[in-house]
Amino acid sequence: MYPANFDYVRPSSVDEAVALLQKHGDDAKVLAGGHSLIPAMKLRLAQPHVVIDIGRIATLSYIREAGGTIAIGATTTHSEVETSKLLREKCPLLSETASHIGDLQVRNKGTIGGSLVHADPASDYPAPILALEAEIDLVGPRGKRTVRADQFFVDLLQTAIAADEILTEVRVPVTSPSVAYIKTEQKASGFALAGVAVVASPSGVRVGVTGVAPKAYRATAVEQTIGNQRTAHAIELAAAHAADGVEPLGDIHASAQFRAHLARVNTRRALERALSR
Amino acid sequence: MTIPVRLRVNNAPRQHDIEPRVLLVHYLRDVCGLTGTHVGCETGICGACTVLVDGKAVKSCTVFAVQADGSEITTIEGLAANGVMHPVQQGFWECHGLQCGYCTPGMIMAAVHLLTKQKAPTRGQIASGLRGNLCRCTGYTHIIDAVSYAASHATEAAHV
Ligand SMILES: Cc1cc2nc3c(=O)[nH]c(=O)nc-3n(C[C@H](O)[C@H](O)[C@H](O)COP(=O)(O)OP(=O)(O)OC[C@H]3O[C@@H](n4cnc5c(N)ncnc54)[C@H](O)[C@@H]3O)c2cc1C
Ligand code: FES
Ligand code: FES
Repeated sequence: MYPANFDYVRPSSVDEAVALLQKHGDDAKVLAGGHSLIPAMKLRLAQPHVVIDIGRIATLSYIREAGGTIAIGATTTHSEVETSKLLREKCPLLSETASHIGDLQVRNKGTIGGSLVHADPASDYPAPILALEAEIDLVGPRGKRTVRADQFFVDLLQTAIAADEILTEVRVPVTSPSVAYIKTEQKASGFALAGVAVVASPSGVRVGVTGVAPKAYRATAVEQTIGNQRTAHAIELAAAHAADGVEPLGDIHASAQFRAHLARVNTRRALERALSR
Repeated sequence: MTIPVRLRVNNAPRQHDIEPRVLLVHYLRDVCGLTGTHVGCETGICGACTVLVDGKAVKSCTVFAVQADGSEITTIEGLAANGVMHPVQQGFWECHGLQCGYCTPGMIMAAVHLLTKQKAPTRGQIASGLRGNLCRCTGYTHIIDAVSYAASHATEAAHV
């Protein structure tokens, strides 16, 4: 399975990458870890004439703390997020989620920026990104702008990023350990059939759901129903609303009905786990 | 368009002009002649094509060779040193960790990386570490035995 031919460029800075995107327009694609783009190119679902490899831009790979938030560079791999001491201590939901992505080899190549921009409806990160109310930086010819997580995911494989922009950084808040990510995965690839991320605090909970609908979503009906109640009964009642108002996806891996069911079950389990931590 | 690529494969420097679309697995097999790295599914699922790039296990069917420019690659051919098998290879030998052998190079390379991260993994940790490697002969029990063997003999081997 060979992709079609293309020209390959390897910029050494974000500015250079943006200039290349501007120059080549729709003919170009950014390459990070390649673990979504290369499969699409092999199937010729994507046939860019120019591939812009941002994998060597040193300033895009980091995890650092700055004023109550943790900033993660776009090309930080899933393994780096999984094993980061800083994230494990201060934003454990993201490390926990990363440890559930694909397998060892996939986590060694895939990047957080690539995963978010690709916006596969079955990818894991969107659930915690929504529940954490993360911020995402996009840099383009018009400079830098910051997009909130709930504005970022637009539709199936579509996000708020413009064709001439690069995702440079994701910022997540420092949280308590009361968080959890629970997913039921498609057995071969590991992609989520239903993945639920919960961030709990004394004032309430935030719930992000991925894998179920064309785009990941905040389960606001669950959040409102549970409020600051913490009993098993309240959790049960709230979790029943996990797929309210969404049109679940159905495919060979799981029917729409089954995905909605998994969303409810995994929401209950994620609430139980987060609240017990 | 061809691109110059310089990298090291099993400690030997290599330099070739290749098309950017050439996948690392095809570069290793067809350009370098190292056919120990296998091609199974070509979709990133089976792990037969696993090699180490700068010490980390990756699926070489889902990496362009140009992405590995400047890297140090280790394939199954590069594991044994001076005719002495690597502890993971020894484990597969001692514990009958293979039947047809098709998945074996990928299993071994993934296990080598796993053991650099976890020195004394439990059976469960080995199974989840090798989640990205499928064995069509389904010899998973012996594969896990083999990696456990390697973990417990690795320190001895280091002194050989
Ligand atoms: C076998 C297999 C199993 C997998 N299992 C899972 C799983 O269980 N859960 C999961 O979430 N994912 C899974 N994935 C997907 C994996 O996590 C990908 O790595 C990820 O979705 C894409 O990241 P990447 O760095 O590889 O991006 P690439 O493939 O390089 O790029 C993906 C897209 O994003 C664009 N892009 C990348 N980076 C940027 C940037 N910084 N700015 C602008 N555009 C950018 C590219 O142009 C492309 O359109 C799996 C993949 C494989 C092959
Ligand atoms: S051939 Fe690469 S993962 Fe199957
Ligand atoms: S030994 Fe035959 S595929 Fe694993």
